[in-house]
Amino acid sequence: MPETLTKFIFGRLTLESLPLHEPIVVVTFIVVALGGLAVLGAVSYFKLWGYLWREWFTSVDHKKIGIMYMVLGLVMLLRGFSDAIMMRLQQAIAFNGSDGYLNAHHYDQIFTAHGVIMIFFVAMPFVTGLMNFVVPLQIGARDVSFPFLNNFSFWMTVGGAILVMASLFVGEFARTGWLAYPPLSGINYSPDVGVDYYIWALQVAGVGTTLSGINLICTIVKMRAPGMTMMRMPIFTWTSLCTNVLIVASFPVLTAVLTLLALDRYVGTNFFTNDFGGNPMMYVNLIWIWGHPEVYILILPLFGVFSEVTSTFSGKRLFGYTSMVYATVVITILSYLVWLHHFFTMGSGASVNSFFGITTMIISIPTGAKMFNWLFTMYRGRIRFELPMMWTVAFMLTFVVGGMTGVLLAVPPADFVLHNSLFLIAHFHNVIIGGVLFGLFAGIAYWWPKAFGFKLDPFWGKVSFWCWVLGFWLAFMPLYILGLMGVTRRMRVFDDPSLQIWFVIAAFGAVLIAAGIAAFLVQIFVSIRKRAELADVTGDPWDGRTLEWSTSSPPPAYNFAFTPVIRDNDAWFDMKRAGYRRPLSGFKPIHMPKNTGTGVVLAVFSVALGFGLIWYMWWLAALSFVCLIATAIGHTFNYHRDFDIPAAEVARTEEARTALLAAEEARA
Amino acid sequence: MRRSGALLLFPLAVLLSGCDFVVLAPAGDVAVQQRDLLVVSTLLMLLIIVPVMALTVLFAWRYRQSSTTATYTPDWDHSTKLELVIWAAPLLIIICLGALTWLGTHLLDPYRRIDRIEPGQPVTQNNKPLRVEVVALDWKWLFIYPDYGIASVNELAAPVNQPIDFRITSSRVMNSFYIPALAGQIYAMPAMETKLHAVINRPGTYTGFSANYSGAGFSGMRFAFHGLSDQAFTDWVAQAKGAQSTLTRETYLELERPSENEPVRHYASVDPDLYGAILNLCVEPGKMCMNEMMSIDAKGGLGLAGVRNTQPLQYDKLARRGAVFGSDPSYVASICTAEEAAAASRAARNDDEKSWPLRDLSPLRGVGLLAPGAGSRRADAEAPSFGLLRFEL
Repeated sequence: MPETLTKFIFGRLTLESLPLHEPIVVVTFIVVALGGLAVLGAVSYFKLWGYLWREWFTSVDHKKIGIMYMVLGLVMLLRGFSDAIMMRLQQAIAFNGSDGYLNAHHYDQIFTAHGVIMIFFVAMPFVTGLMNFVVPLQIGARDVSFPFLNNFSFWMTVGGAILVMASLFVGEFARTGWLAYPPLSGINYSPDVGVDYYIWALQVAGVGTTLSGINLICTIVKMRAPGMTMMRMPIFTWTSLCTNVLIVASFPVLTAVLTLLALDRYVGTNFFTNDFGGNPMMYVNLIWIWGHPEVYILILPLFGVFSEVTSTFSGKRLFGYTSMVYATVVITILSYLVWLHHFFTMGSGASVNSFFGITTMIISIPTGAKMFNWLFTMYRGRIRFELPMMWTVAFMLTFVVGGMTGVLLAVPPADFVLHNSLFLIAHFHNVIIGGVLFGLFAGIAYWWPKAFGFKLDPFWGKVSFWCWVLGFWLAFMPLYILGLMGVTRRMRVFDDPSLQIWFVIAAFGAVLIAAGIAAFLVQIFVSIRKRAELADVTGDPWDGRTLEWSTSSPPPAYNFAFTPVIRDNDAWFDMKRAGYRRPLSGFKPIHMPKNTGTGVVLAVFSVALGFGLIWYMWWLAALSFVCLIATAIGHTFNYHRDFDIPAAEVARTEEARTALLAAEEARA
Repeated sequence: MRRSGALLLFPLAVLLSGCDFVVLAPAGDVAVQQRDLLVVSTLLMLLIIVPVMALTVLFAWRYRQSSTTATYTPDWDHSTKLELVIWAAPLLIIICLGALTWLGTHLLDPYRRIDRIEPGQPVTQNNKPLRVEVVALDWKWLFIYPDYGIASVNELAAPVNQPIDFRITSSRVMNSFYIPALAGQIYAMPAMETKLHAVINRPGTYTGFSANYSGAGFSGMRFAFHGLSDQAFTDWVAQAKGAQSTLTRETYLELERPSENEPVRHYASVDPDLYGAILNLCVEPGKMCMNEMMSIDAKGGLGLAGVRNTQPLQYDKLARRGAVFGSDPSYVASICTAEEAAAASRAARNDDEKSWPLRDLSPLRGVGLLAPGAGSRRADAEAPSFGLLRFEL
């Protein structure tokens, strides 16, 4: 009886599920636990819980949610990068009969977790965070269309991240590669909890991503300031719109395909099994129908960042705005017609392969046009090489190489010899690091003063920049070379000693990148220490061109005291040129949404639901599901969702800014 | 400055010279053509990549803020002529590359029989292809030579300058069959058959491996591929024929169990129906073959009776648990005898013109259902075939 009771309560969770036999995981756990306790202790000691709960966790302010997304991305970057450097180390030493220091059970989880975390819990939160913070400011709105939904989306993303992190210490993660192809990910060949962690982490986070996509589309379509026609939208807003269209159209496919896999694993259906009419090829198709748009979801907003940065720091209007917009839209549409290039080697006929190869190449035309547009924005400009611009130039030089190897992989016969090789790994890191990550660093350096009212320290920024750029080339050029030597991905041990030197070089590159990440953290720390010195009271530190620079830094909760009126696509630049003067009186009460803790509660129940399903604790799953639905319904009866900021308070806030600006002018 | 540059390049040159760039210097004609396409495409793209990179550096330097001589036109943001060039230049490159791709993809389709041994040496009647049936197992490779009735594990041999005709499948999960020196890779998938046609031109020993992660023993899933002279190949076959063990259904079921870093092994004889049974997931006695199931379904299926035609699974490939809410692990029981199934499978393999045979199960036809393509079933030898379902193109 006690045994059945334990089984009922804990499902398949036993003491053996804790990886106590893996010393590396135990040490990691101790470090993470101590670090976590230190953070919790500090928060308690400084009595910050109330502040965090009231001002941040329950906040529906798009700016705060955006910043929380960035924090999530940064924390998960540390985890994802730890996985990366562990892999580099393993591959650098596992030669000449050495088994390295990771067994297959551990190593295979690491490369799976690295991919999943970097895409879903680093790149996605960073990109979503940036869009959340910037888009409403750029279009002159006071918040997003559905502020509560925004908070809920964020906490669902956190929920997914928590499930992935939990898999490190309770049970294990998938050992399937980041896309978990069946039959390997089916119940027959992966009977343990790893793939279930994968499924439910992505499902929980996927809810957040989809809802945030809907939210931002509505915001951009419905909440633009008067005068901002579609063709006067800042280019970052355009790329965000396209990205969110991609999210809304592709994430349901991911949800569906993971649901089918879950059905196979939980109720014994046969969608992707070998027997009983199942077909794993369907999974491969479906997951890439989501997976290819996903890479454009990641890169498009960063294309927007580069456009804003190039134009601002060249002191010029963006060259070819219209063609930039059309290029973005063309990429958006074409990104749905190329998914098969991820598996040319699955035996499709030559005509199918050439079709998808050629559509892939066609995408490089609008992308190339964008590259030229940035070039000609720089042409006859007056380029200030501040950090964001340095990242942009590094991007242009790095990304073209990644683009070239990408088009190369789109030629099916070339793909047959390079598919799944380290050449492929080098290619997509080349575009994801060289495009997405460089763009994120450009965006963070660019908008940081807007978010916090002071610039980032340039010295440590440059240290980080050079470590990242050189580290990237050092870490991934050897992988291109190894790919041409026919070395395939996801290998744990090697028998050809002549390869070792390249893995050692790559490992050094990874160490350099680690230094880049460390320098970035130091940069944030130093900048906070020196915030008085780096302060910017004008709200427009870079001589910006778009609306977000017209308000104070950090912007007030309501963003704009008066909704601006737009006459040109570089709205703020146009206003400055026309001799714009801040209105100093006539303020009205501003209608704003109220904070709510419901998002956090819903996410907690979702995590519990996922955890229950993963460990077969059916009582927990059922209970949390009921609570989830009840809370969601209950929230609809909450009628205290909004309030008015009184005109007097708006006036006080604006007067404080007027005083600051006057003091600054007097000093200058 | 120049000298220090040279000094920097020197270790790189030493490093590179010690490397075996097998993808860039393969030994088989198919891989050579794939390499050529790779190189030509790269050069074609460099036509645009190099100027872009040069312009980036040039503009970044020329229009820096501290420059006093550079022109500054803050409001210049459009030029129709320039836009035309910007869109046309990549377009032209892609048109060329697209044409190359279309041709190359069709010519180098792994399903297509090769038409030349080497440049200038077309395949003739005398070049009878060597047939090899490849099975990716966990975690080793099984190669069956139906023409010789032998098999080997983790070792593949072929005579130089003779077309090789691979049929590839897998026992459990997805793998990718790849010998970089010979030809590009193709996935090996359970219950499905992929094909690869290739030829090796230079004798030597090359590495082959799985290029698609397949589980714990993946790293050790490597084999040697020997390109041999005709005489050496005959010797190799003789050596295999002299091996102690034979490959029957029973020994296959033993071999199939997951194991890592398997040594090379030869089998003096092979059950001629084994490969078909592996492909159709019916090596285990009493299990219905996929082709049998498909031909029953093509005739309308067994109706409700078919639902009951399952047996509890006795042999268990891994610690198979089944889904937590699913029925117990089971398989579809065969409704013809092993001999019938084997005969049908043999008949199909010997006759390329016919599709896999359909047993006459007409009384079982579902009401109102027509057998798809019952009248005009015609298997094209070159049509992609997934399992035994041949696509009518």
